Amino acid sequence: MIEVKNLVKQYGDHRAVDDLSFTVKQGQIYGFLGPNGAGKSTTMNIITGCLAATSGDVLIDGHDIYKDARKAKASIGYLPEQPPLYPDMTPQEYLDFVGELKGLKKGNRAEAVSAAMEKTGLLDVKDRLIKNLSKGYKQRVGLAQAILGDPQIIILDEPTVGLDPAQIIEIRNVIKSLAPQHTVIFSSHILSEVSEICSQILIISGGKLIAEDTPDNLESHFVAEPVLHITVGGDAQTLTQVLSAVEGIESFEVSETREDGSTDAVITAQKGSDVKASLSKALAENGCYVLRLEESKASLEDVFMELISEAPAEAAAQTPQAQEPLEVDAQALLDGTMPSAYDAHAAFDAPENHEEGEEQDDDGDL
Amino acid sequence: MTAIFKKEFRSYFRSVTGFVFVAFFLLVFGLYTSVICFSQASSHFEYIYYNSGFVFLIAVPILTMRSIAEERRQKTDQLLYSLPISTAQIVVGKYLAMLAVYAIPVAISCLYPLLLKPYDPSGYVSYVAVFSAVAAFLLLGAALIAIGMFMSSLTENQIISALLSFGAMLLCYLMSSLTQYLPSASGATMVGFAVLILALAVIVWVITKNSTAAWILFVVLEIPVIIISFVNPTLLEGALPAMFDTLSVFDRFYSFANGVFDLKAVVYFVTVAVLFNFFTVQSVEKRRWS
Repeated sequence: MIEVKNLVKQYGDHRAVDDLSFTVKQGQIYGFLGPNGAGKSTTMNIITGCLAATSGDVLIDGHDIYKDARKAKASIGYLPEQPPLYPDMTPQEYLDFVGELKGLKKGNRAEAVSAAMEKTGLLDVKDRLIKNLSKGYKQRVGLAQAILGDPQIIILDEPTVGLDPAQIIEIRNVIKSLAPQHTVIFSSHILSEVSEICSQILIISGGKLIAEDTPDNLESHFVAEPVLHITVGGDAQTLTQVLSAVEGIESFEVSETREDGSTDAVITAQKGSDVKASLSKALAENGCYVLRLEESKASLEDVFMELISEAPAEAAAQTPQAQEPLEVDAQALLDGTMPSAYDAHAAFDAPENHEEGEEQDDDGDL
Repeated sequence: MTAIFKKEFRSYFRSVTGFVFVAFFLLVFGLYTSVICFSQASSHFEYIYYNSGFVFLIAVPILTMRSIAEERRQKTDQLLYSLPISTAQIVVGKYLAMLAVYAIPVAISCLYPLLLKPYDPSGYVSYVAVFSAVAAFLLLGAALIAIGMFMSSLTENQIISALLSFGAMLLCYLMSSLTQYLPSASGATMVGFAVLILALAVIVWVITKNSTAAWILFVVLEIPVIIISFVNPTLLEGALPAMFDTLSVFDRFYSFANGVFDLKAVVYFVTVAVLFNFFTVQSVEKRRWS
């Protein structure tokens, strides 16, 4: 469907896209994942013919995007990072205009326009000027423009940025409904979004493709031995005895007993074994009641962090750094009196929060 | 192309721009009609167009300033790039829309001599002269609008675009009077050409950021000038004013106002219009490669 071969885009000394190659198959949803400045938007602009590559080829259904631009572009619908809208038109007029440029004949056009508006929930505002619409609706007009005329390939650049949670869910549902009739590529730096919608993930950092797989494979690939964090009511000595007796535990580490009589332990279980049931049973039998039991698993987030910190991108390097103070914070809370489940939650959420904070000042992606 | 044309034409009358533009021309036409034809009782309607030339200095920047610049600022150019249409279709569609807006006041002004026909029983008014002046005025506007559109393609700021095209209009307007002050001696001409060629080379260097190409251009153009100045200096005499004279777009129009149908001028206007449409396409295309 889409073939990208050895794509390079050079801006002066800066190499925004560095020898990128991948293939996109029909009927699937592809997620472009990467930190800001990774080259996602640049790549999408090149694929859609908005930007010329320094070298490399893009083939859309076998048609070269430069040499055979008209045929190649006819099968693409594109929503750029900033929806390309004319503020002094109404959605109806705007979509009619785009439809005409897409080569839809007059009879089918009205039908296609109202179908696109229905799909994106624009029928209520179709006669209002675009400049008076809210950001969410503007994004929808942009999306309607991309899906208008049912192009085989739909490319969406960060379609959910700046929307409220309800709108994000709506837009995600629209995207989900596009497959398998359409091939969808969409970029995001929100991991949960990508893992929820996509059947295939491409992780890009520093202009390079650093991973390509399904969300499940990516996760399982990086899963290490399951690690359990427990807090029990009982002293360290008893806990050590109990833990030594439980089968399936690879290693464990018991911390000192607190003043209130509770003790923490970090347990590494053997790969592939589930020790939670036998562990809690053994603890209960020995009079150590369980206050907390948590399992930490490699999430897509960890995979993402690991991958981009390996890549030598300047942008990527910022992310783990900023995460550190948050972790220290969480550790301080753990030692204190705060309920521990809350702390772990805070520490877990930190990377995503950071991602979302960063996207605010991001316009220079192109 | 028709879609672009329709959308652009409509958008001029969505905002005040189109109305201001049309009203401005009509005001000046009306003013000169009453002054020349009524107060001074002249039968030469073509003088109206002759005197109205200055309107372009303001009207063309008003019309063209947003044409390409605004697409860039709103990032709607990305939409147009990603659709299955060529850059030439976009540019020509926009150009024709501006031309259509411009044709409105000119068409209305054609009614003035026709409406006054019953009051001219002895036939003093030469309709051939009037309508050839109208045709020439249309062509002049077509050439100037193309120049203005090109200026708009150079920036994403409407104000800068307006100033650039005002500057270009002013240069075209004053060129014929400025050329009188240019030196015509061969030595001065050689220096003048050297400066011009250097300026051209610098522009090429700024646009392409390729110093080799700029140097090659400079050398290739400069060598013939130096050779001619040594072999046959008389060839260079008066060449500088003659060259600048070819750039005075307005001058070509004045012969029509005097009742002469100048085919050379028609070709000239059409050439300028086509050339600047071509430049605009190149300028828009270039942005994809930057």
